[in-house]
Amino acid sequence: MNIVVVVKQVPDTEAAVRPDASAPWRINESGIKFIVNPYDEFAVEEAIRIKEAKGGHILVVTVGPPRADEALRTCVAMGADDAMRIDDTQHRELDALSCAQLLSKAIAQTPFDLILCGKQAIDDDLGAVGTFIAEFLGLPHVAVVTKLEVADGKAICRKEIDGGTQKVEVQFPAVITAQKGLNEPRYPALRGLMLAKKKEIKVLTPAMLGVAEEELKPLSRVQNLEAPPARGKGKILQGEPESTAVELVRLLREEAKVI
Amino acid sequence: MGQEILVWAEVKDGTLRRASLEAVGAACQVASRTGDSVAAALIGNVDPQVLTRLGQAGVRRVYRVQGPEFAHFEACRYAEALQAVTQHSAPSLILMAATALGRDLSARLAAKLRAPLATDSIAVEMDATGVTVTRPVYAGKLRATVRLTAPPAPVVTLRPNVFSVPQPQDGRTAEVVEVSCEPSPVAHKVTVQETTYSTGEMPDVSEAEIVVSGGRGMKGPENFAILEELAKLLGGAVGASRSAVDAGWVDHQHQVGQTGKTISPNLYIACGISGATQHLAGMSSSKCIVAINKDPEANIFKVADYGVVGDLFEVVPIMTAEIKKLK
Ligand SMILES: Cc1cc2nc3c(=O)[nH]c(=O)nc-3n(C[C@H](O)[C@H](O)[C@H](O)COP(=O)(O)OP(=O)(O)OC[C@H]3O[C@@H](n4cnc5c(N)ncnc54)[C@H](O)[C@@H]3O)c2cc1C
Repeated sequence: MNIVVVVKQVPDTEAAVRPDASAPWRINESGIKFIVNPYDEFAVEEAIRIKEAKGGHILVVTVGPPRADEALRTCVAMGADDAMRIDDTQHRELDALSCAQLLSKAIAQTPFDLILCGKQAIDDDLGAVGTFIAEFLGLPHVAVVTKLEVADGKAICRKEIDGGTQKVEVQFPAVITAQKGLNEPRYPALRGLMLAKKKEIKVLTPAMLGVAEEELKPLSRVQNLEAPPARGKGKILQGEPESTAVELVRLLREEAKVI
Repeated sequence: MGQEILVWAEVKDGTLRRASLEAVGAACQVASRTGDSVAAALIGNVDPQVLTRLGQAGVRRVYRVQGPEFAHFEACRYAEALQAVTQHSAPSLILMAATALGRDLSARLAAKLRAPLATDSIAVEMDATGVTVTRPVYAGKLRATVRLTAPPAPVVTLRPNVFSVPQPQDGRTAEVVEVSCEPSPVAHKVTVQETTYSTGEMPDVSEAEIVVSGGRGMKGPENFAILEELAKLLGGAVGASRSAVDAGWVDHQHQVGQTGKTISPNLYIACGISGATQHLAGMSSSKCIVAINKDPEANIFKVADYGVVGDLFEVVPIMTAEIKKLK
């Protein structure tokens, strides 16, 4: 099985992000720790488990600036075989469609049976790139998968829907996006970390993929980022449980009118 | 202008989802400013009652795609059906609810139409050259104003419980236009074998107007009964923090937060939850937030509209008893 895993480097979930004063469409990156998008870790882990069971090769791909190499190395340390970055140093305003277009072109150059990615990146929270790639490559996809069984030339997936689940069969080659619950991502072992340090990361430019500048013009553009409006100061009750609980119910009923 | 704003009307178990009616509401608001009209796309075999409801809500025309191939939701074939609808409607904007299926479908559709996409939006405006939306990013830590260029019509999904459902007006009906669509060979590579809904009496957290959530402070799975009782009384659902889910006390379906569900209920009651940023990511756009925690310094109090500093095992049962008295 040849598996391609699409990953993104994102700010740590704990990071205090704030808009860049001189460019309010992006965040100020100083002091920010970057990690592999948590949902992508589920995708990498699943690829490694499939490889361990059936053999094969895992390529991790990203679109990003040079710092994103670190995320690729983390994936190699976990167990991916090869890593490739499509350089985004010049294109800081790529939108998800352009990213997916570049990724599809790059993926099309290698043989693959399965493309895995996270169900969404936790920076733009769009949740679309995996599905975009499927459409661009003319493949079926199953999104938000919590269970995956690979059989001959196909997979049986469990997919989360509101208030329930679907059991879905998909024929390879296919794109599957990972949801929490799929597995527990492993920590890289020492050997993996050593290997990852020395790993050569292939860097491609849009031109090398035959994508012209005009084709990358974003159709969606962030104009501004700002903190959400602060919530008003709440009423916090202290004292005996009897009186506070009764007072809380009164407030919810008479003041907030929510019960 | 005079084009159509097209809404995908999502149907679950034969009934129209409330979040889709909210999307119709949002479409009507935009349309009242631009002079467009509101149309809906219905895919699959649907109860006629749904058509009536859409008409009363202000939808002028319903494009219906029927057939056994559309019995189960599948993003690729549903996107093909919607693409077929756009050939009849030439919409200026495509809206749907940011439900699990709406998110999945919107991405496939946007890629098919090579149209800009914005998911989980909380505000939407349109002018002659495009659409501007507001959407939470970085797990709700920031809000982005995003400009989507048109044509083709941008695809926008709307966060449930943010836009209001239009008042039904009797006498208004929607014209029905049948649209045909044959799923492509790609769509045939996916087969939905089974769709199962959890059979609890409670609504799903993503749909409930009131959510009573528990965290590590619940101490064990058996204690969630206290929250279930309160939730049932209020007609709400039970939610949980990741700690409670990871401890195996509650199923992941109930998890609220960055790696769980994003919800905006009218009332969110957090019991024994500290308020980690990843938890806030899922619930901080709730209309009214209540925190019950014995630690007065807990972070959750910073976002709470009402809070009680105290032991949840004492406070919650008294609340439940008090609400019972009032009912
Ligand atoms: C990548 C990533 C993703 C994550 N995604 C999520 C997510 O989706 N959702 C999520 O919730 N978390 C998520 N987390 C975890 C998050 O960081 C916190 O660990 C988690 O939210 C803490 O859960 P908690 O508040 O229940 O537990 P704790 O932080 O342990 O808090 C327990 C609280 O209960 C209170 N308490 C204890 N006993 C009582 C009592 N008898 N009465 C009243 N109060 C009491 C305590 O004072 C304390 O404030 C994520 C973390 C990471 C790294």
